[in-house]
Amino acid sequence: MKNRYMNPYLAGTMLGIVLLLAMFISGRGLGASGGIKYCVVSIVGAIDRPHAESSPYYSKYFEDGKKPLKNWLSLEILGLVAGGFISGAISKRLKFKIEKSPKISNTRRLIFAFLGGVFFVYGGQLARGCTSGAALSGMAVLSVAGFVTMMAIFGSAYLFAWFFRNNWI
Amino acid sequence: MGPISSLTVFPEWLDLLIAFLIGTGFGFSLEQAGFSSSRKLAGMFYGYDTTVIKVFFTAAIVALIGSQLLSYFGLLDLTKVFVNEYYVAASIVGGVIMGAGFIMGGFCPGTGLSAMSIGKIDAMVFFIGGLTGAFLFAETYPMIQNLANGYYRGPVKINEALGISPGLFTLLLIVAAVFMFWLSEAAEKRFARPDITEEL
Repeated sequence: MKNRYMNPYLAGTMLGIVLLLAMFISGRGLGASGGIKYCVVSIVGAIDRPHAESSPYYSKYFEDGKKPLKNWLSLEILGLVAGGFISGAISKRLKFKIEKSPKISNTRRLIFAFLGGVFFVYGGQLARGCTSGAALSGMAVLSVAGFVTMMAIFGSAYLFAWFFRNNWI
Repeated sequence: MGPISSLTVFPEWLDLLIAFLIGTGFGFSLEQAGFSSSRKLAGMFYGYDTTVIKVFFTAAIVALIGSQLLSYFGLLDLTKVFVNEYYVAASIVGGVIMGAGFIMGGFCPGTGLSAMSIGKIDAMVFFIGGLTGAFLFAETYPMIQNLANGYYRGPVKINEALGISPGLFTLLLIVAAVFMFWLSEAAEKRFARPDITEEL
């Protein structure tokens, strides 16, 4: 029998403490989209090294023999997956599943999941952070960038919500 | 006085281990909150599930109050904690694009990773989309770099911009958050969808 989700205020408190620990120990906040960027940089470097080294965008990640997957953020997102798995295992939520409104097909859900990922990480690269790195961590250090990015994300999602309602409700 | 990383240089293995452990706490908290479910996350924008705002603002306020208290007692030097820099156009345009991605995909990168870890196939596809988005950005960087790097304002803080103390702004934020929590609880009753929330 699967367990209920944790009370949101309690989960938020736990998350806030994790963020505080990152600030106190490592002098920075959390992140996620940056880790995805490092995955791509690493893949491109592995498949087409000359392209990576000659590109003004990729080359900085390989300077001085640096490895794009050996940094704080890359290890943090590895931990993210591990932590999620542990939580899912403890709460008996491990299951292969496609979540969506029953009104649409699996294919349609996956197409939008893919597009959502493309848009989200592209936008995150532009804004130099996603909800974790820019918005949440930014709010915790009172950054204007964090605040503005957060409002733009939520405002935009509300604006577009009506158009995608059939995928969810 | 923290951050500890400013007092001592961690050997690389320790720095990476700390990152991994913090990430584990992060992923654990997200999954426990239910953010491994895209339909729960999307509920924020239709009213039937407002977990997103409750978790987000509680976490921000806990970290905000915690860090300011530590600073007040001389335990944390806030000037040594990273503050993300403000590029006006990039923050706004990037945020709008992310919002579209959120409502289409039903995830953000962090929640998507936690969902992937428990077997959500839509999250795995979201992740592949994410890799694609990052690749697209990297490959089209010359076209977007002016937008990305323009209107630079530096690591400016909200209280500086408003001319008030950090403590006062934190208090205002807490008041605003409590109001939003109250609105959220009301919205969940008004827009309730037990057919969705029971299944989650």
